[in-house]
Amino acid sequence: MRFDTGRRRVTNAIELTGITKRFPGVVANDNVNLTVEAGEIHAICGENGAGKSTLMKILYGMQEADEGTMKVNGEVVKLSSPSDAIELGIGMVHQHFMLADNLTVLENVILGSEPTKAGGRIDFAAAREHFEEVAGAYGLTIDPDEPVEHLEVGERQRVEIIKVLYRGASILILDEPTAVLVPQEVEALFRNMRELKAGGATILFIDHKLEEVLEIADSITVLRHGRTVATVKPGDVTTGDLAELMVGSELPKPDTSDSTVTDVTALAVKDLVVLDDERPVVKDVTFAVHEGEIVGIAGVEGNGQNELVDAIIGTAEISSGSITLVDEVITKWSVRDRRDAGIGYVPQDRHREGLLLRAPLWENTILGHQTKRPFSSGPWIDRAGSRARTEEIRTDFDVRSPNVEVAALALSGGNQQKLIIGREMSADPKVLVASHPTRGIDVGAQAAVWADIREARANGLATILISADLDELIGLSDTILVMFSGEIVAVLDPATITPRDLGAYMTGAGSHT
Amino acid sequence: MTGLLRRTVLTVGAPLLAAVFALGLASIVLLISGSNPIEGFGDMLRNGRELETIIDTVNRATPFYISAVAAAIGFRMNLFNIGVEGQYLLAAFFAAAAGGAVDLPPVLHVGLIFVVATSVGAFWSGLAGVLKVTRGVNEVISTIMLNFIALGGLIAWLSRVWVDDVQATNSGTKIIPESGRMPSLNSIVEIFTREIGKGRRLTGVFVVALVIGLLYHVIVNRTRFGFDLRASGSNPFAARAGGVPPRRMIVMAMLLSGATAGMVGMVQVVSDRFKYDQSFIQGLGFAGIAVALLGRNHPGGMMVGALLFGFLDASSGILQLSGSAPREIVVIIQGVILLAAVVAYEVVSRIRDREEARLAAEALAKKQIEVSA
Repeated sequence: MRFDTGRRRVTNAIELTGITKRFPGVVANDNVNLTVEAGEIHAICGENGAGKSTLMKILYGMQEADEGTMKVNGEVVKLSSPSDAIELGIGMVHQHFMLADNLTVLENVILGSEPTKAGGRIDFAAAREHFEEVAGAYGLTIDPDEPVEHLEVGERQRVEIIKVLYRGASILILDEPTAVLVPQEVEALFRNMRELKAGGATILFIDHKLEEVLEIADSITVLRHGRTVATVKPGDVTTGDLAELMVGSELPKPDTSDSTVTDVTALAVKDLVVLDDERPVVKDVTFAVHEGEIVGIAGVEGNGQNELVDAIIGTAEISSGSITLVDEVITKWSVRDRRDAGIGYVPQDRHREGLLLRAPLWENTILGHQTKRPFSSGPWIDRAGSRARTEEIRTDFDVRSPNVEVAALALSGGNQQKLIIGREMSADPKVLVASHPTRGIDVGAQAAVWADIREARANGLATILISADLDELIGLSDTILVMFSGEIVAVLDPATITPRDLGAYMTGAGSHT
Repeated sequence: MTGLLRRTVLTVGAPLLAAVFALGLASIVLLISGSNPIEGFGDMLRNGRELETIIDTVNRATPFYISAVAAAIGFRMNLFNIGVEGQYLLAAFFAAAAGGAVDLPPVLHVGLIFVVATSVGAFWSGLAGVLKVTRGVNEVISTIMLNFIALGGLIAWLSRVWVDDVQATNSGTKIIPESGRMPSLNSIVEIFTREIGKGRRLTGVFVVALVIGLLYHVIVNRTRFGFDLRASGSNPFAARAGGVPPRRMIVMAMLLSGATAGMVGMVQVVSDRFKYDQSFIQGLGFAGIAVALLGRNHPGGMMVGALLFGFLDASSGILQLSGSAPREIVVIIQGVILLAAVVAYEVVSRIRDREEARLAAEALAKKQIEVSA
């Protein structure tokens, strides 16, 4: 549409046509088209697993597309490594920072491309000059001599951005830059992004917080199931429109209808304190979960939710306080004893804590239930029993795999998650600790997981649900607790709270309501 | 069914290919050094068919196999027990000393020697395990250190204290009496074949090695303990969240590995030399690591690997006698086979991963067609 107005030639910083990338079991990018104009801020939106990160990796040369062409500044290019991308002026700021804590800001920035004097010594004067030049040009203020370990998250991110600019990048890729930031830091980041744009840089960033996208982006491209759905201007759409583009026409709703909450306490946590290096990360947390109840725990990542989960599961040391399962104090129990007593666990990172990726599915279902039938009898593993149970889980929980002998790594994320949910649910737990149970899985699997949790709730299961998806929390929970810097700062009724208000509580701002 | 066939071909094909590659490379080396590879390998093969060479091969393969199992127990848990070397030498030393010091009825005497050997091996290896779980010392470092302490420290010192005859040039522990020796399997083999010549005796410890292999298979693949062991090895975080106590597993694995390592030297102690002396065979612990890698920690695979290494060792003597090739060629073949096998396994495992993913994706696609139909 741009070309019919006066046939003016518009320089596009990036132009992707027909990019397709396949991974074992999934097509991550399916005929993706993307045009980013020079000097604009372009947002890429999409659900977890929509293919955003893969697309960014292709752009940065970390992965090669199976099909499609890529143009940078009008030239067809083929990137086979990040150094090719850097040469073309493309820089990437990863979601997880890659900084050396014990070096200073300046040392981190020059790390890997140090200017040298005669004899191979680092020319710090030249480095500093170039640093000031870059930081000054884009209005990025930071003390170059500060050790990185003393920096806040937002400042570390700024160091990463300077690092990329220092290497001459004019096209910046930011992978979920706001995911790790608190609201004030997000504002600062957006100010920096505007400065960068004013300085002539092109920014491509991934985000799935829709308000933020509308605020900062000049264009928005939406991905769904690996395909480009639309490219829109922020003035033309609302957050609702964007959400619809992201998930398709019907938004699944995680509503739980009638209350099934009983007054039988399944798990009681009292005055729980967990220390990390003498610093309390869980502070005097007290709450109870009843049979048939889902207690949602909201909070910005890193406010003690993970440590709380670890304390309940038994993998973190409890400094003081107590945990009671039905009528037994389990504070000092081992993980195995707790699992055997009926605590089910859906970990937030299924690859790290949930699966033996190279082992067949039937061995994966044994994990966590080694001591119980039908998985074992006495000291022996019951191979036939385990296989049969896995076969049941495969049918009941719709795990899509050719058989139970394939390795877990062959399954897609959603199916891996369904296997884990099936494994935990079929063991008939008293309490289920579900940490981000639908993170990174597709909409269909998400709906299945919600249905499973709801059904178990109706059958009297007590669930602790930790999630970053506020709609999921509000939709599923009977009670919502908000954690902020290790403490429970609010107990809310999901029937009356909106995601916006909940967000305010999570940043520690909403306690006055 | 074709899938199963493909898998088998892939599994067996990898080490076979590695062996062919190693032979090819060894041939080139032989040509460069001025020997005729066909002549050299021909000599090896011709001799390999002789009953005496087979006996010799099995005798040499036995400690390789036990040592490989000891290393494999650690590997299955991602523990790198480099200390099999020190563990078996120390165990053999104490076991030989104990065996020479007492006089017991036949079966009991041999039993005592084995109990001492496994206990000493387990203790020495357990030290590394305890250091790891209490002080966070990496087991690679600690077991290497313990190797030095065992060989250069304890054995060097104690063999001067417990020595049988200080004047002898090759002094060692007191000779174990007849009651503490394991009978050879010659009479059993001779039922099926001709009489075994050249004074060769098939070691009774071979039976022990077979039992160890069987136990290893059953414990690792069929028991809860084995499952916990493998789970800890393939994903320690998932294992921990799944209720496997990580510290206990580390100590248990090191104890088991060490106990097995303790039996590596038994061929020498109860059926060959009947003492520990200065020329006691060293290096079996490191050879075991190689065999475990070659056999992919699989009880059958390691047996094949041990026999192969045993055969190559047995052949080196023949090459020296016939002079058709330098005997060192055997070591070159062993090294190249190992390297080539490790590479081949990696290639095969990648092919297999892709295969499985493709199958899973097909199942997914099929299901979706069914749903949409």
